[in-house]
Amino acid sequence: MQMKARTTGLAAMAIILAVMPLTFPNGYYYDIADTALFNAVVCVGLNLLIGYTGQISLGHAGFFALGAYASAILTLRWHVPPLVALLAGAAMVGSLAFVIARPILRLKGHYLAMATLGIGIIIFIVLNTESWLTGGPDGLTTDNFTLLSWKLKGDGGWYWVGGGLLLLAVWLSLNLIDSPVGRALRAVHGSEVGAEVVGVNTTHYKVLVFVVSAVFASVVGSLFAHRIGLITPGIGSFFRSVELVTMVVLGGMASTFGAVVGAVILSVLPHVLTAFEDYEAVVLGLIMMTTMIFMPKGLVPTIARLWRRRRASA
Amino acid sequence: MSLLRVTDLSKGFGGVLAVADLSFTINPGTIHSIIGPNGAGKTTLFNLITGVYKPTSGRILFDDVDITGKPPYELAALGMSRTFQNLQIFFNMTALENVMVGAHLHLQPRLLASLLHLPSVRRRDAVCRERCVELMEFVGCGKYRDADAASMPYGALKRLEIARALASQPRLLLLDEPAAGLNATESREIDEVIKAVAAKGVTVVLVEHDMKMVMGLSDHILALDYGRKLAEGTPAEVGKNPDVISAYLGAAN
Ligand SMILES: Nc1ncnc2c1ncn2[C@@H]1O[C@H](COP(=O)(O)OP(=O)(O)OP(=O)(O)O)[C@@H](O)[C@H]1O
Ligand SMILES: [Mg+2]
Repeated sequence: MQMKARTTGLAAMAIILAVMPLTFPNGYYYDIADTALFNAVVCVGLNLLIGYTGQISLGHAGFFALGAYASAILTLRWHVPPLVALLAGAAMVGSLAFVIARPILRLKGHYLAMATLGIGIIIFIVLNTESWLTGGPDGLTTDNFTLLSWKLKGDGGWYWVGGGLLLLAVWLSLNLIDSPVGRALRAVHGSEVGAEVVGVNTTHYKVLVFVVSAVFASVVGSLFAHRIGLITPGIGSFFRSVELVTMVVLGGMASTFGAVVGAVILSVLPHVLTAFEDYEAVVLGLIMMTTMIFMPKGLVPTIARLWRRRRASA
Repeated sequence: MSLLRVTDLSKGFGGVLAVADLSFTINPGTIHSIIGPNGAGKTTLFNLITGVYKPTSGRILFDDVDITGKPPYELAALGMSRTFQNLQIFFNMTALENVMVGAHLHLQPRLLASLLHLPSVRRRDAVCRERCVELMEFVGCGKYRDADAASMPYGALKRLEIARALASQPRLLLLDEPAAGLNATESREIDEVIKAVAAKGVTVVLVEHDMKMVMGLSDHILALDYGRKLAEGTPAEVGKNPDVISAYLGAAN
């Protein structure tokens, strides 16, 4: 049953991804779509931490930025091939996340939020001040993503890479959740002591999911650096971290497709709302508030439940 | 040879001893009950044995291995599991998934294999699922296999915790008031489940206020009061003990 839902969901997503570009009148739309896809991949990873394991991170934009800067610095300064730089960045971010996870994941609730917030802020400050390496507030320019003799460029190119990566991320996430490791993660959310007494090393799993979600962010950050051409410390700001968490919460915690939907909506909405000009932020805030008040579980889980109920009563 | 040996165990909470200088042993293959009035320290003792709390002093040996201060997940790997007086269900999962978490140690969970859903993972999961369904039927909550745990009635959740604990294949199973809040019929059914578990060779430690159940099931009873040992022995011996009668009936009235 679960297997079928998974394949259907993935197939539906692939079709939507394939058809979408037909509706794009110009390159600007690709830009928005690429941003949405990239955010969605980060959110699928973040949802493993927040939605499924019940931990919080207000510092994930920092990991995203570290991936981006690792790629920019390694490719520009040391002419490392982009794919190697991406992997090196992911390894570095993964190791960093591993080292800091153990002490901070012992914290709970507000304390954990504060600690991850602190990490995000430290990363942001380092990116701003260590100009010799990061270019400081001016940032760094980056080159195209190349793999051997193939060069990734143009709107369409990034769209397909982003789409492919999102399908991969969703597939991995759905696999994980329905596996012994995923059940252990969800058990940590459900009851830590309940999980411990049947042999789940809860600290280990919290660290593990923190590292996995940080690596997701780092990989996307690396690709983002190549796509965008110029990266500045702002990509790792506190505001970006909050935005990522908001996407996960809006779409629906503990729902892989929810994370995607939340990311897409919050990436696209600002562009739709430009019609409201000065009131854009206010409208965005109102939408968020109403959703949270009337659908505290987030969009996708709420709609899925309504759907199941309607089908059951039909 | 004893399966569990507790020596001079104490646990204090801000100066008050919830468990005080307690020593006892539990032999394998028995049903061992721990009784005592509310606040006697029964749950605290369970928390100490299963590593949820660290003792203030004293030692605990499991199978002659010193396990004092070891975390619960390590003790689970050594063959110890438990249920809780206040349920510790994973309400974000289905009933069957709850039990499958119980089998965690027997699934060789690996990150990469799980991410890729390798055939080996799926095969082990399928076998595990079948076994866990059997366990749910064994404890009498089989009809809830695909239900969300959050939608299950209290009595079924009590059974679900037993199934989850059994899924870890313990040699020592600690049940903290498995019949509390259940009606007479349900209590009798739990009684049968405990007997059947013991018949499989699992050593059971039972905390229960239902005296009929305790007297009928136990090979051995330990009575506590204010964290100290009040009496110990067979049901007949403990039932006759004047201290137990006064502490127990005094508190009950
Ligand atoms: N975490 C804790 N912090 C402080 N005091 C505690 C804690 N846990 C238990 N106690 C105290 O220790 C004493 C023993 O409590 P415990 O829960 O072990 O009793 P019990 O025998 O299980 O009682 P009951 O039959 O009501 O379940 C009580 O006085 C209780 O208030
Ligand atoms: Mg108790």
